[in-house]
Amino acid sequence: MELWNWIMDLLPFEWAGHGFMRSALLAVLVIAPLFGLLSTMVVESRMSFFSDALGHSAFTGIAIGTILGLVEPMWCAVAFAVVFALLFTYVRRHTQMASDTIIGVFSSTAVALGIFIATLDGGSFTKFNALLIGDILSVETGKIGLLACILLLMAVLWVGSFNHLMLSAVHPALADSRGIRVFWQEALFCAAVAVVVTVSMTWVGLLVINSMLVLPGAAGRNVARNLRQYHLCAIVGTLVCGVAGLMTSYYLGSSTGACITLYLAFYFALTLPFQRRRS
Amino acid sequence: MSIHKHGTTGPGCAGSCCLKVEDLGVNFGGEEVLHHVSFHLHCGEIVALIGPNGAGKSSLFRTVLGQIPHTGTIQFQRAGGDKTRPLIGYVPQSPTFDRGDPVSVLDFFAAAVDRWPVFLPIPKKLRERVEACLARTHAEGLIDKRIGTLSGGEVQRVLMALALEPLPHILILDEPLSGVDIDGERQLLDMLDEIRRTYDLSILLSTHDFATLSQYADKVILLKHQVLRVGPPGEVLDSPEFKEVFHLDLGRGGER
Repeated sequence: MELWNWIMDLLPFEWAGHGFMRSALLAVLVIAPLFGLLSTMVVESRMSFFSDALGHSAFTGIAIGTILGLVEPMWCAVAFAVVFALLFTYVRRHTQMASDTIIGVFSSTAVALGIFIATLDGGSFTKFNALLIGDILSVETGKIGLLACILLLMAVLWVGSFNHLMLSAVHPALADSRGIRVFWQEALFCAAVAVVVTVSMTWVGLLVINSMLVLPGAAGRNVARNLRQYHLCAIVGTLVCGVAGLMTSYYLGSSTGACITLYLAFYFALTLPFQRRRS
Repeated sequence: MSIHKHGTTGPGCAGSCCLKVEDLGVNFGGEEVLHHVSFHLHCGEIVALIGPNGAGKSSLFRTVLGQIPHTGTIQFQRAGGDKTRPLIGYVPQSPTFDRGDPVSVLDFFAAAVDRWPVFLPIPKKLRERVEACLARTHAEGLIDKRIGTLSGGEVQRVLMALALEPLPHILILDEPLSGVDIDGERQLLDMLDEIRRTYDLSILLSTHDFATLSQYADKVILLKHQVLRVGPPGEVLDSPEFKEVFHLDLGRGGER
């Protein structure tokens, strides 16, 4: 952190003098590669609707944690989201239903349960409003450390099982015949997305968090010819859009999550014309 | 018959090894998909599995691959008489890749045969290994193409190269000729023959294309939940069982 402050002191910008902006920038620099990395597989395994549903379940987890009187309801939300993810993977693999139907069922149930618990005994929903929009300026140094640990963990997961994850997504039958346990690969990945979404939703905001899991991958897909270009486009794109979004939100006073999302959408629009030229 | 055997470099079997399937049965939720299925598959042999849709061809493959629980026995006998699980190369049915997948043939292949994470720059050695594998099915020119842009025949060639690494005892192909045009079909059949001769392995495939059967298949198995007839192509295609199953009086080559 001292090193970070020293770097910030060198910057000639006005915003760099604020402690909250220093933390926020650091948080963005950690969150962006995390989401960029995950987005490549979210898009590749067609799980964008699923990650959206996860956000909803995360809110329900917070509501349960609050009613249990936990000091840190986030951990309850993480546990709930992981259970949600595993249950979803199980149901999807063991029934004949289309996965969007199953996601619809799970997502609406989770939201209803969350609202039910939050409004129990005439409780007010407004205390959860902050979660919907998110506030990256409220990030604490300890939480950045936690996010950095998760980023490291994801990098390890990626190095260790990306090959199997990708084969399971691209061609499950073939992966199966080569001894890859497709179900566990999917479950592991769903659980990873669940943890990342839940831990970071306080800062990014539930309503826009899914965009960070979809847009970088979608944009990368438009231009990439192989997996290295794909990862590069997704991660660099998220980093640039993340920093740009933070700056814009500082000068205009709007929500950071929303600014980042708008930049990502612009990035996607820029890459769209390349899609046809590639093939 | 074989040009050179793999001997020490890979699974070898001088025609004396074989896959023995005895009295195999498969149930899906109370429904009998396969029953009393028995057949032998010898080294260097191409065996074609024919039968109407829903006859249990894919289920039989998946059972041999060990993916479905079954009754009866599947035994593999090596030349030395030692019985162990065979290495099976599998080419799944009409694989469809998304046209937009940002996955090149190199990415796909390397991810399946090596532990190196393919989102990182791929070492030269691994690339050369993939190239050598692809060359077995004359697909080395496709290495930098994206899998979504390959034609049906090209996909089959890449998947076949993948099924040959590591070199298996048995190669199973689920409808390799569907979605392949006439030129591609000719090339694929020639290649199957070449693979069988070069590596002395058994090939088990399913097909709906009866016209070309007699050109490459040593044996044909007519399957409809059970084995109705086994024998050389001509014999099976002329049999009353074949005509009854496919409701024709035209004889061989009638369908398609």
